[in-house]
Amino acid sequence: MKLPRSFRVTAIVLRHADWGEADRIITLFTRERGKVRAIARGARKIRSRKAGHLEPFTHITMQLAASRDMPIVQQVETLDPYLPIRDDLTLTGYAAYVIELLDRFSYEDGTESPSTFQLLAETLKRISAEADPWLAVRYYEMRLLDLLGFRPQLFQCVNCLREVQPEEQYFSPGSGGVICPRCGQGLPGLWRVSVETLKHLRHFQRSNYAEASRAHPSAGTQKELELLMQAYFTYLLERELNTPGFIRRIKG
Amino acid sequence: MLLPEPLQNLITALERLPGIGPKSASRLAFFLLRAPEDISQQLADSLIALKQNTAFCPECYNIMLAGRERCEICDSHARDESVICVVEEPLDVIALERIGAYKGKYHVLHGVLSPIEGIGPDDLKIKPLLARVALGQAKEIILATNPSMEGDATALYLRQQLLPSGVHITRLARGLPVGGDLEYADQNTLLRALSGRQEMG
Ligand SMILES: [Zn+2]
Ligand SMILES: [Zn+2]
Repeated sequence: MKLPRSFRVTAIVLRHADWGEADRIITLFTRERGKVRAIARGARKIRSRKAGHLEPFTHITMQLAASRDMPIVQQVETLDPYLPIRDDLTLTGYAAYVIELLDRFSYEDGTESPSTFQLLAETLKRISAEADPWLAVRYYEMRLLDLLGFRPQLFQCVNCLREVQPEEQYFSPGSGGVICPRCGQGLPGLWRVSVETLKHLRHFQRSNYAEASRAHPSAGTQKELELLMQAYFTYLLERELNTPGFIRRIKG
Repeated sequence: MLLPEPLQNLITALERLPGIGPKSASRLAFFLLRAPEDISQQLADSLIALKQNTAFCPECYNIMLAGRERCEICDSHARDESVICVVEEPLDVIALERIGAYKGKYHVLHGVLSPIEGIGPDDLKIKPLLARVALGQAKEIILATNPSMEGDATALYLRQQLLPSGVHITRLARGLPVGGDLEYADQNTLLRALSGRQEMG
C-alpha cells in the first residue's frame, strides 16, 4: 500500500522508547491504520512542544509525514490526557495492562481499526473516571477477545455441545471454551471454573457496559475471574505478560 | 557479502548499544577499520578501564572511582545531609551539579518503574533509599524523576513507600519550558503548571 506523503490520524500512545540523541520512537494505536510506529524528533528535549502530547495513554490527533523508514510526527494535539490515571499508581498499572494486551496482540499491518480504537479509548476513560476500575478492565478483556477472534464459548460444552448446566465446569484454553464435567473428567490442561465465575463471564460477554456494571461479584469471584482471563491471554500469547506482576508488586 | 569475522563481531557488539541500528554500527566499524591505530587503542583501553576502575557509591549509588569508600558528594562535609534528591540516572546528577545551586545529597535509582517493560521496584535502588531514610538524618526527599509516565509512576511509588517514615517529600516543580509558548503547551503540562503556580510579590 502506498501511503500519502502526509496523513492525519487519531491515536492513543501505547509506548515510547528513546532513539538516537534526542528522538523517541512512539508506538501508537490509530483509528485509521491500527498499530503504527512513528519517530518524534527532539521529543526528549525538555523544551520539546511535542513531548507532553506523546506520553503513554494519551489520546491525540496528529499529522504524520511518510518517510523511507517510519513516519515522522509533524504536529500533535491532545484530545484527552486521562490525567487521573497519571496521578494514581494503581490506575497507571491497570492502564498499562490494557495497553500491553493490545500491543502484544496487534501488528503494524495498516488496517483501519475503529472498533478496537473505540474500545481502547472508552476503557481508558472508564479507568480514569470510575471509583473501581476492575469491571472496566474485565469488560475490555472480554470485548478484546471478540475483536481478536478468540471469543470463548461459554454457553455449551465445546466437546459434546450440550448446554452448560449450573455446576462447576472446566475451561479449556486450547479449545477456547467450557468443557462439561462429564467430558472433562481426567483430561489434562483444563482449569476449573466455579458457577459464580462462569455466570459473570457469560454476563460480560453478552452485555453492553451499562448492563455489565450492574453485576457485583464477590471478592473471591473477582479474583478467580481475573486469574482465569489472565491465564487465557497468557496461553494465547504463549508468553508471560509483564503488567500483572507489576500490579501485584506495587500493591505489596 | 560475508564480512570477515573480526569486523562482523565489532558490528554485532556496537548494535547492542542504545540508539545504534545496523547501519550506524557498520559505519562506525568501517571507520575504526580505516582510522589510525591510536583511535581504536584508546577506545579499547577506556572500555576496559570503564568497568575495572569504576564502582557504585554504596550510599547514593552514583558512579565513583573504584577503591573509594564513598563518592565525593557523600564524603563532603559541605553537603547538607538533611536533603536527598532522588534521580533516575547518574547523568541527572551531573545536570543538577552543573547549575551549582543544590547543596544536598543524591540518590541514584538507576532506572524508572515501567509497567509495560516489566521493570518493578526490585529492579531499582529503592530499598537502599528506604534504608537511608530510616537512619533518620534526612528531613526532605526531593523526587526528581523525569516528568514522564514512568517518572511519575516512580515518584508515586516512592511517595507511598516513604510516607510512613514521616520525612518531608517534595517533587521537582513542573511547568512551562523556558522560551515556550502557552499556545503550544499540552493540557498535561498546562494543568500541572497551573496547580504548581507561585506567589508573585
Ligand atoms: Zn461435554
Ligand atoms: Zn555517594
